[in-house]
Amino acid sequence: MSKGESGVKLWTARLFSQGWRLSALAISLVVLTPVVVILWSLFSPDLAVWQHLKTHLLWELSSNTFWLVLGTASGTLVLGVALAWLTAVCEFPGRKIFSWALMLPLAVPAYVTAFVMVGILDFTGPLQSWMRASGIEWQPPEIRSLGGVILVMVLAFYPYVYLIARNAFATQGKRALEAAQSLGYSPQAGFFRVALPMARPWIIGGVMLVIMETLADFGTVSVFNYDTFTTGIYKAWFDMYSLQAASQLASILVIFVFIIVLLEQQARARMRYTTVGKTAGKQVRIQLKGWSRLAAVALASGVMLLAFIIPMTQLLIWVSDVGMDDLDSRYFEFLWHSLLLAAMAALLVVSASVILAVANRYYSDLGTRIMVRVATLGYALPGPVLAVGAFIPIAWFDNQLRDGLHTLFGYDGGLLLQGTMVTLLAALCIRFMAVGFSAVDGNLQRITRSIDESAHSLGSSGLVLLRRVHLPILRGGIFTAMTLVFVDVMKEMPITLMTRPFGWDTLAVRVFEMTAEGEWERAALPSVAIVLAGLIPIILMNRHAQH
Amino acid sequence: MKCKQWLVLIAAVVAMWVSYSALASDEVVVYSARNEQLIKPLFDAYTKETGVEVKFVTGKAGSLMQRLKAEGENTPADLLITVDAGNLWQAANMGLLQTVLSEKLNQSIPEYLRDPENRWFGLSVRARTIVYNTDKLSDSDLSSYEDLAEPKWRGKLCLRTSKKVYNQSLVAMMIAEHGKPQTESIVKGWVANLATKPFSSDTKMMQAIAAGQCDVGIGNTYYFGRLEDKDPTIPLKLFWPNQQGSGVHVNISGGGVTQHAGNVKGAIALLEWLASEQAQNLFSDSNHEYPANAAVKPSAQVAAWGAFKANPLNVAKAGELQVEAVKLMDRAGYK
Repeated sequence: MSKGESGVKLWTARLFSQGWRLSALAISLVVLTPVVVILWSLFSPDLAVWQHLKTHLLWELSSNTFWLVLGTASGTLVLGVALAWLTAVCEFPGRKIFSWALMLPLAVPAYVTAFVMVGILDFTGPLQSWMRASGIEWQPPEIRSLGGVILVMVLAFYPYVYLIARNAFATQGKRALEAAQSLGYSPQAGFFRVALPMARPWIIGGVMLVIMETLADFGTVSVFNYDTFTTGIYKAWFDMYSLQAASQLASILVIFVFIIVLLEQQARARMRYTTVGKTAGKQVRIQLKGWSRLAAVALASGVMLLAFIIPMTQLLIWVSDVGMDDLDSRYFEFLWHSLLLAAMAALLVVSASVILAVANRYYSDLGTRIMVRVATLGYALPGPVLAVGAFIPIAWFDNQLRDGLHTLFGYDGGLLLQGTMVTLLAALCIRFMAVGFSAVDGNLQRITRSIDESAHSLGSSGLVLLRRVHLPILRGGIFTAMTLVFVDVMKEMPITLMTRPFGWDTLAVRVFEMTAEGEWERAALPSVAIVLAGLIPIILMNRHAQH
Repeated sequence: MKCKQWLVLIAAVVAMWVSYSALASDEVVVYSARNEQLIKPLFDAYTKETGVEVKFVTGKAGSLMQRLKAEGENTPADLLITVDAGNLWQAANMGLLQTVLSEKLNQSIPEYLRDPENRWFGLSVRARTIVYNTDKLSDSDLSSYEDLAEPKWRGKLCLRTSKKVYNQSLVAMMIAEHGKPQTESIVKGWVANLATKPFSSDTKMMQAIAAGQCDVGIGNTYYFGRLEDKDPTIPLKLFWPNQQGSGVHVNISGGGVTQHAGNVKGAIALLEWLASEQAQNLFSDSNHEYPANAAVKPSAQVAAWGAFKANPLNVAKAGELQVEAVKLMDRAGYK
């Protein structure tokens, strides 16, 4: 080999091995762009509006948001972990059904659960009307309150924690628990002392997702007219016409989330959570007896009822009330658009997540770790803020491109990127990167270093290592990630609304059109369609996970 | 994937892009904050009559305006249709709309329902008026918006959230009439009289009034129309306040030609058609609204609610004072 050839070979090899890192860098830069655009507003603050916000609203918004996040995080933590433990490790009547059924509420958008619950439990709803008609004096607690919002959000978001915790518990490896039992720990102590700490990073990851969803949520809190940071951002932006003031509020949100994420990362980094012993083999389950068996069944059924069965029933009743007048040929178009968008976004996000997770694994220096964490920040930004943050740079680029083409080729048409799927897909990917990454990364971390080392010693490395060794093991995580992103995009509304191409409506857009005018009953039909479309991937994911 | 397959994929993507960018020359592109089910029948009727295609996208007013702003000179939008004069005023203020000198439009639409500088024109009118429970109150108990702040209404008032632009416009017009200090004390009075937390929608509020959770509220006439459709026996009635004074607060949905419209003639033609007698009924009747064109009569159901004196102050004031109104409502504790 000549010197030149070997030089090129070396350079190519180095480029390839750095390729992961570069790709990860590219992804995080793309995600960072809207965040930077938003933060840029800090340099030209709107002092008049900000002054008003500071004096009259900031304290209340912060305190409201704090209690909401605390309540939702604790609620989903306790509920998700309890249900995950029961279905992964214990045995009680109906466990097999509950195991996958408890995932179903994931298909129901939180804002749908919200208007259904308020519709049922409010003063004018069927429950209280019936009570008044029957002469019952007692008035149930007000649903349009902090407690009500927390209840709805916990019911809507617990599946994130449930899913991740269940996977963690199921792959504990019986050796670890057996070891605990041989040391004299009772099943209860075994749970709190061994299983729970080992599953902690994943549970924390799940709770982080819930926190970010809660912070970014607008639809649900609007139904309750509950003021949070995000409604403050909307007010500053749309009602007071100050994008700067809105961005200032959004920046506070972003900084706050970034701090939490860094703290979580620091806590995780100090522990090693790779699985001890074999993960295959039938697990011996803890048989529940007596009152604990009753309690388990009651809890699982209660959650199913509140989070899925009652909302779906109410929606179906509304659909039959309003009639199927709205169901015309365009509905299949909406459905098709929703499915297509969700599938494309899921593919893109999962590919990017795999790249990020692999880069994170191979190069665990601080730079890479920060880069990867940044890539998941999009989740904390409220949809419309992110949409604008993504829109502005793309629009700018689009204008430059168009002007350039005009100068060079005399191109006289309109904008090229505008009104296509590019902006929409970009914004959606940025938003849901965290969801995909969480699922993939969690799985990857469970693969022990020794597997990597043995593979290396057998001669495979780089892409081969990925394809032959990691990907098969990662399949579960990838599948989970794809399902979660798919369902999330099907439910997503503000970004789709703002950046979609002409006449390109999805089911979620349809729900918006109805609820925007207070016509909740007519929003039932597209809501049901969203849920049904989301159920299939969820059930498939469960089937896959159990094999 | 093999090289060939990549090329085919890229070619398909490029073809998709090009087809989206190539617009027919006499097409009119509309950004509409008025919902699809209300606006589509009109565009279909226009296409049927004139043969001109209308491409449109719907969304929230604020988002559409941000989109227009970011797109700048190269925007494909020719016409912006939105709801609430505040939004229209803001769009004009942001430089998103251009001046239109059209005799037809000036004749069709009364002066107080269009921009003094001819950048936007109202197309339909809705009134934000008092709604009350007929089992508990009668016309003689009510008089004005301001009266609802009186202590006698303690625990009997229901309102929609201050976050909705309709309430912001109402308060803005009150500021124009009474000034800030007096309006603030009126709003504080409203808040003190609330029977329950403000509702997220007019419909829920009206249903609460009908169910007896409160006696009286303030809402848009067309929501009442929809409830009346569903249940003609509902114990609710509209009351026209301030008839001795400045009149009932009205608002509009309307539109304007965008600053950088590619098809200005087409946009003006569409706007003129929407304001014309043929289209006005179609525009307003589908939503229980009043036509902006004074020569056109409202639907029978809407006419049955009675005639009233509307506030003649130009609705542009609602936009001008909107930010002040939002700040005032925050200070008064009106959520």
